[in-house]
Amino acid sequence: MKSICLFFQVHQPFRHRGYRFFDIGNDNYYYDDYANETIMREVAQKSYLPTNKLLLKLADRLEGKFKVSFSITGLALEQFGLYAPEVIESFQKLAKTGCVEFLSETYSHSLSSLKDKDIFEKQVQLHDQRIFELFGHKPNVFRNTEMIYSDEIGAQIADMGYKAILTEGAKHILGWKSPNFVYVNAINPRLKVLMRNFKLSDDISFRFSNTNWSEYPLTPEKFVRWLENKNSKEEVVNLFLSYESFGERQVKESGIFDFLEKFPQIIIEDNKLKFATPSEVIDELQPISAVSVPHPISWADEERDLTAWLGNEMQKEAFDKLYKLKHRMEKCTDPKLNKDWNYLQVSDHFYYMSTKFFSDGDVHQSFNPFDSPYDAFINYMNVLSDFKIRLNSFVPENEIEHEIAALHKIIDEKEVKIRKLEADLIRVRKGKRENLRQRKIT
Amino acid sequence: MRVLMFGWEFPPHISGGLGTACYGLTKGLAKLKNIEVIFVVPKAFGDEDQTAMKLIGANNISVSKKEIQFEENQKKIDYFEVNSQIIPYVGEDEFWKLKSGKYPKGTKFIETDKSCKIDFSGTYGTNLLQEIKNYALIAEIIARDNTFDIIHAHDWLAYPAGIAAKKVSGKPLVIHVHATDFDRSGKDVNPRVYSIEREGMEMADKIIVVSNLTRNIVIEKYGASPEKVTTVYNAVEPISISENTKLRKGVDEKIVTFLGRITMQKGPEYFIEAANIVLKKMGNIRFVMAGSGDMMDAMVVRAAELGISDKFHFTGFLQGDDVFQMFKMTDVFVMPSVSEPFGIVPLEAMQANVPVIISNQSGVAEILKHAIKIDFWDTLAMADAIYGLLKYPSLSKHFKKAGKKEVGNFKWKNSAKRVKKVYKSALNKL
Repeated sequence: MKSICLFFQVHQPFRHRGYRFFDIGNDNYYYDDYANETIMREVAQKSYLPTNKLLLKLADRLEGKFKVSFSITGLALEQFGLYAPEVIESFQKLAKTGCVEFLSETYSHSLSSLKDKDIFEKQVQLHDQRIFELFGHKPNVFRNTEMIYSDEIGAQIADMGYKAILTEGAKHILGWKSPNFVYVNAINPRLKVLMRNFKLSDDISFRFSNTNWSEYPLTPEKFVRWLENKNSKEEVVNLFLSYESFGERQVKESGIFDFLEKFPQIIIEDNKLKFATPSEVIDELQPISAVSVPHPISWADEERDLTAWLGNEMQKEAFDKLYKLKHRMEKCTDPKLNKDWNYLQVSDHFYYMSTKFFSDGDVHQSFNPFDSPYDAFINYMNVLSDFKIRLNSFVPENEIEHEIAALHKIIDEKEVKIRKLEADLIRVRKGKRENLRQRKIT
Repeated sequence: MRVLMFGWEFPPHISGGLGTACYGLTKGLAKLKNIEVIFVVPKAFGDEDQTAMKLIGANNISVSKKEIQFEENQKKIDYFEVNSQIIPYVGEDEFWKLKSGKYPKGTKFIETDKSCKIDFSGTYGTNLLQEIKNYALIAEIIARDNTFDIIHAHDWLAYPAGIAAKKVSGKPLVIHVHATDFDRSGKDVNPRVYSIEREGMEMADKIIVVSNLTRNIVIEKYGASPEKVTTVYNAVEPISISENTKLRKGVDEKIVTFLGRITMQKGPEYFIEAANIVLKKMGNIRFVMAGSGDMMDAMVVRAAELGISDKFHFTGFLQGDDVFQMFKMTDVFVMPSVSEPFGIVPLEAMQANVPVIISNQSGVAEILKHAIKIDFWDTLAMADAIYGLLKYPSLSKHFKKAGKKEVGNFKWKNSAKRVKKVYKSALNKL
């Protein structure tokens, strides 16, 4: 029996307001509340709420045979709390059905996995804690921001105690191999790797309402036929989508909700197919081989790499300058600064700075508050400058302190040396005394 | 003496120094005896300060039912009783209808709105050449409807208007060169712009230039005869905003500012390179590039490449109070222009007690004593100067004090007096 693994990503960033040079040091509120609230309300009304309602209905009707998994970022949860608390409630209702698995990820939907192990771990812990508080569920499968994955990231995830990770079934990684099996990490084979079937996933999230698509219209029957007609030896089909695909990217009028309502029914009735959560998949299925991913991949764009976030000089500069603050943030206990620190790490900020929009314009433009990547960069750096000034007042970075630290180190070293020499001295004296005594005796 | 003046922009709707200079000069002229100025711009917004002169917006002039005197080059004057030589049409359809009728040779068609007025953007957009032509047509009408003694056209955009007015009225034409295309474009001079500029200089009875730097260009590159060309330096308006404006400087660091259009002419890239050098030596500073322009994106990327973006800020185009605010925050102002006919901004900075570093390739360097002058390409010298002004308080104190005093002597009234002399010589020539 082939397992169908449904996974949805839920994320909303806190967008920055237009933050001018003149605001630096004068105003430490960075967020465009109006945009954040309107977008959140809109997406909640169009997508999150109706889709949750539908999933709840499916879970009820299909009597536990319907399975689905989510990763909801910490920032999305915060925004629900602020602007659409009813969405959290509906997720909680879903959680109670037992058909839902919540996955782990970074709290801020951040790119920290690419930069710093400590920050990354902290971000993940923060997220898991929040998920536990809200849904009483401790995640044991990990999904990194935008499906970013490499062998090293996988090994770290395994060390952190997770059993499996989700990522993109990128063509340049798999080659002739199929994403429809369970793989393991190349460094630590105890970590299972679930590869996204991007063809079938994108059929729903991108192509569903495209009338120029040769397969238009996509009926539930046709889709299930594709799912089962695959080489029968294949064991799992990973459909990983962004949750806004339902109702937002594919509008209600396209019939996406009807589609979502009907195809699970057909799958349940089909004796070759069944639903499974990622945890169930890794428990039931044997991995067939290791997958080697030396360079990080993601689910973005045609290249499936990191260039959407860290492709140009501006993005790299902003990214480096942000994480340079790491050591000082470790010493910072101010809750407001820590909150801003979390918000600053959101991958979306770097996405807005992408200059790739010439080829992948459509997706990059959606909800991008900036006219150009240059504006996005300038704005971000202004915010970061102000943040640094504030951080400085909590954790000074001045040279004197560095010097004191260096001097302390020297003193410590000298002290160790002195102690060692003193011990030597005592030993030598003792030896002398012994010698004298022995001489006296003789 | 009545002066019919053609400009392209006027405060507060300006994009650069041209509008500021025109405003200052007309105010200066208004203070002189027996001078009256009618100032024409393509687009009047209605909120301009008109105390010093009468402001006419070409967009408010109706083209229909005007009788137009028409003169073909080197032919006798024809006078048509036709409604107008310029026939307004409202849209494409009507144009073809009109076009199929019979009209005297030389009739010009022009697109207008319903009240037979031409819409001008008054900016530097894509339809610039068409707007310049339309502006000249309206200039003919204005020249017929008004009485005046002399015509004064500011910069190439207004030269065709000045020429048109001269042809209609026969009055002497003075053109005022605030910049040439050699300043704006470097070696890649736009031939169409060049030909408009050259025609203006040939048709003019007198040419006013803003510096000797520009005078040389006008004589060498445009072949104007030296006795026709007079240098009249610009000046600066005394600050109108009160000194007490609340300072909103939110950072402790020293601030080094570039303020101007971010284009090849202004040398923004040299500023960034110098900033990079200084930042390696000193930590406690921020650099600000205020303005916008076609090189802005490239500059943003360059700053990111150098890894100084957390210390190098872009503000976008600043206007009004923001400019003043910027100066109040600034500790050193740098104008690294590659080719600057004059450059009023350093004078404004000096008024606001800011020490300035200017390039030798600017007209203002000819008259300023209390400013550090460097070659625009010499980023090491620029960095040196910035470092010195920030590090040695006595130096910057001197420049602040002496600079403020010096700049107080550059009054528009003095410039206006010199312009008046040029007017007189132009009238005597006839």
